[in-house]
Amino acid sequence: MAKSNKPVVWGLFAAGGTLTAFLLPALIMLTLLAALGHVPDALSYDKLHALAANGIGKLVLIAFVVLSLWHAAHRLRVTLHDFGVRADALVAPSVYAVAACGTVATILYVARI
Amino acid sequence: MSRQPFIRELSRTRWYFRQPRYLRYMAREVTCVFVGAYALMLVVGLARLSEGRAAWEGFLQALTHPGGIVFHVVALAFALYHSTSWFNVTPKAMPVQIGEGFLPGGIIVGAHYAGWLLVSIAVMLLAGVF
Repeated sequence: MAKSNKPVVWGLFAAGGTLTAFLLPALIMLTLLAALGHVPDALSYDKLHALAANGIGKLVLIAFVVLSLWHAAHRLRVTLHDFGVRADALVAPSVYAVAACGTVATILYVARI
Repeated sequence: MSRQPFIRELSRTRWYFRQPRYLRYMAREVTCVFVGAYALMLVVGLARLSEGRAAWEGFLQALTHPGGIVFHVVALAFALYHSTSWFNVTPKAMPVQIGEGFLPGGIIVGAHYAGWLLVSIAVMLLAGVF
């Protein structure tokens, strides 16, 4: 059988889809409250910094952001095709490159805290 | 030599307006734009958090821009659509076989909705919303 990277990106897509399905609406509620001027306790600098400074907290933050990025990248690749953009040779490397850059940036930022 | 080849009248860019079912499919797929945009916002947030208290508080302040509020409301709507459409297909994605038959799809979907509700309440409780 020919080697393919499909299982890898599909696995990341499914993992990210499941994680965001469970958590994203609640997280958006938290930052929406902050946007409305009622910053939830957990988004105060001290609380969030303490979470990101903790080893398990770091893993949770990185896992959520990174898997969301790969989920969105893979689905965007298919969606662009559905909107009539028939240039997968260009689209696929572009969306995955953004997800990869986001992954590296997230790990570097969280590691720095 | 007067063959008339069959040409399918199908727009490459507007085909999904032909049927509500196609439109629902497209709405589900478009949720990724908001999932991705929100994830990139979180990357920026983590960058600000790593730069110290002033940078983080500047990030929170930037969210209060009217555009930030509009983005959050639209992103929340698409996130809810992503969650419901994701959980609604779970019986197809991972059917549970019991003996000869299958666990009814409604139970699998219902269990996911219940889990989603519990997780959401737990997140808000831990975040100090209530």
